[in-house]
Amino acid sequence: MTLPELTALLRECAGESEGVDLDGDVLDVPLDELGYDSLAVLQTTGHIECEYGIRLSDDVVAEAHTPRLLLEFINESLAQAQAGLAA
Amino acid sequence: MTELLERPVGTARRTCVFTGIGVTAPNGLGTAAWWAATLAGRSGIAPVTRFDATGYPSRLAGEVPGFDPAEHIPSRLLPQTDHMTRLALAAAQEAIADAGVTPGDLPEFSAGVVTASSAGGFAFGQRELEALWSKGGQHVSAYQSFAWFYAVNSGQISIRHGMRGPSGVLVSEQAGGLDALAQARRQLRKGSALIVSGGVDGAICPWGWTAMLSGGRLSPVNEPDRAYLPFDADARGHVPGEGGALLILEDAAAAEERGARVYGRLAGYAATFDPAPGTGREPALRKAIELALADAGVTPEAVDVVFADAAGVPELDRAEADAITAVFGAEAVPVTAPKTMTGRLSAGGASLDVAAALLSVRDGIIPPTVNVRGRGEGIRLDLVTGARSAPVRTALVVARGQGGFNSAAVVTHA
Repeated sequence: MTLPELTALLRECAGESEGVDLDGDVLDVPLDELGYDSLAVLQTTGHIECEYGIRLSDDVVAEAHTPRLLLEFINESLAQAQAGLAA
Repeated sequence: MTELLERPVGTARRTCVFTGIGVTAPNGLGTAAWWAATLAGRSGIAPVTRFDATGYPSRLAGEVPGFDPAEHIPSRLLPQTDHMTRLALAAAQEAIADAGVTPGDLPEFSAGVVTASSAGGFAFGQRELEALWSKGGQHVSAYQSFAWFYAVNSGQISIRHGMRGPSGVLVSEQAGGLDALAQARRQLRKGSALIVSGGVDGAICPWGWTAMLSGGRLSPVNEPDRAYLPFDADARGHVPGEGGALLILEDAAAAEERGARVYGRLAGYAATFDPAPGTGREPALRKAIELALADAGVTPEAVDVVFADAAGVPELDRAEADAITAVFGAEAVPVTAPKTMTGRLSAGGASLDVAAALLSVRDGIIPPTVNVRGRGEGIRLDLVTGARSAPVRTALVVARGQGGFNSAAVVTHA
C-alpha cells in the first residue's frame, strides 16, 4: 500500500479536516495532527481488514502514530498474508 | 399522581432568556424559511422519500427539504453522524450564529449543551446492525460506538463548538423538547453562562417506522392534507416528522452584559406524570399547565396563545382540550398547532413550538393550525386556523410524551 492509497482510504472512511493537505508531505506528520483520532484510525484499519482480508492488531494500530508507521505495519501484514498464501 | 415540580435552586432565581434560534423543519430549512412558510400555512408533509415506504400502512412524513449534509457538516463528521445529528449540528450552528456568540471564547466550563432525544441515531444504527448480521462484526462502523446514542447530538455540538460545561440529554418523547429547556434553566441557575438546548430528532427509516407504527398513533390516512387533524372530528392519528429547533439560553444578566438581542424569557415550566392507566384518574396535563403558570407567576388571563401538543388522536385531543378549557375557560384563549405543517417531530416538536412562540412575541402574529375544519366532540377551543395578528406577550407551550409525560412551558416577552 502506498501513501496516496492510505490517505484516500482515510478520506473515505473518516473524512478530511479543514486546513489539512493530505496530498502534501504527510508521511511523518502525526495522525492526530492530521485530524484523525484513534476512532478514525480504527474505522480506517477496519475497512482495510475487510478489503484486503488481513487482520491488524488493535495494539499495534494504536502505536502507529504516523502514516509511515501505519503503512509499514499494514504492508508487513499484507506481505505475511501473501507469504501464507504462497506457502 | 407524581409531580416533578421545578423549584428554584437556592435563593437567587436567575432569569433565563432566549438569545438565539436555529431551525431545521419539514416546512423550511433555517429559521427565516421555516417561519415564512409557517405563517403562510405551507405544510411540509408529503410521501416518505428517505426509504421505500410503499409497503407500509402509513406512508407520509415531514422531511426537512433541501438539506445537503456536505454543505452544513465538516467532512470529518460525515462518516460518524446519523441524519438527525447532521440536522442538529446545522440547527446549533444557526442558533449560535444568531446569538452572536462564540462559545469557545467563554470561560472553559461555562457553556454547555442539553438536548432532548427520543430514539438516538436510528437510521445509522439500522445500517450498522444490518452490516453486523449480514457481513459480520468487522464490517460495523467504529462510529456505531456512539452515533446511535441518545446523547449523541449533545456530544457532537459540544465538541464542535468547544462547549465543555454541564451537558446531557433528556429522553421523555415529545415532552423532551421542553424538559431539555428546563434542565438548561437549572444549569443556568447553578451558574452556567450559556446553554444550547432543545431538540432535533427523527427516525425516518424502516426500523424507526416499525417502532412508530407499533406505538399505534400513526395516521393510516395517506392524503397529506387529511392525515393529521388534531382536534378535528376526523382525527385519526399523526404524521411523524424530523427536525426541530435548538435555542440559545443565557442568564439574563450575562446576556445583557454582552448586549445580546433577547427574544424572550423562559418564565415558567413544570412537568407531571400521568396516573397509571386504568385508575380512572384525571390525566396530569392540567396540573402541569397550572404549575407552569404558577412558576411563571402569571394568571391564565395573561396568556395570549397556547401552542398545543395536538396528538391528533381523538381521546388525547379531548383530554388536552379539557385541560386547556379547565384552566382558561371555553374558547377563552387562542390555541394553535403549527405542527400540523410539520408532523410530530418527537423530541424536536416542542422546541420548535417554543421557537414559534418566541417569533410570535417578536412579530405579534399567531401561526395557524392547517387543514383542521370541524371540531371533535366536546372540543371547545378557539383554534387559530389562519395566521392571526395579535400582540403576544405571554405564550404557553404544551407537550406530552407517550408513556405519561406532560410538560408545559411559559415564554414571555423580554
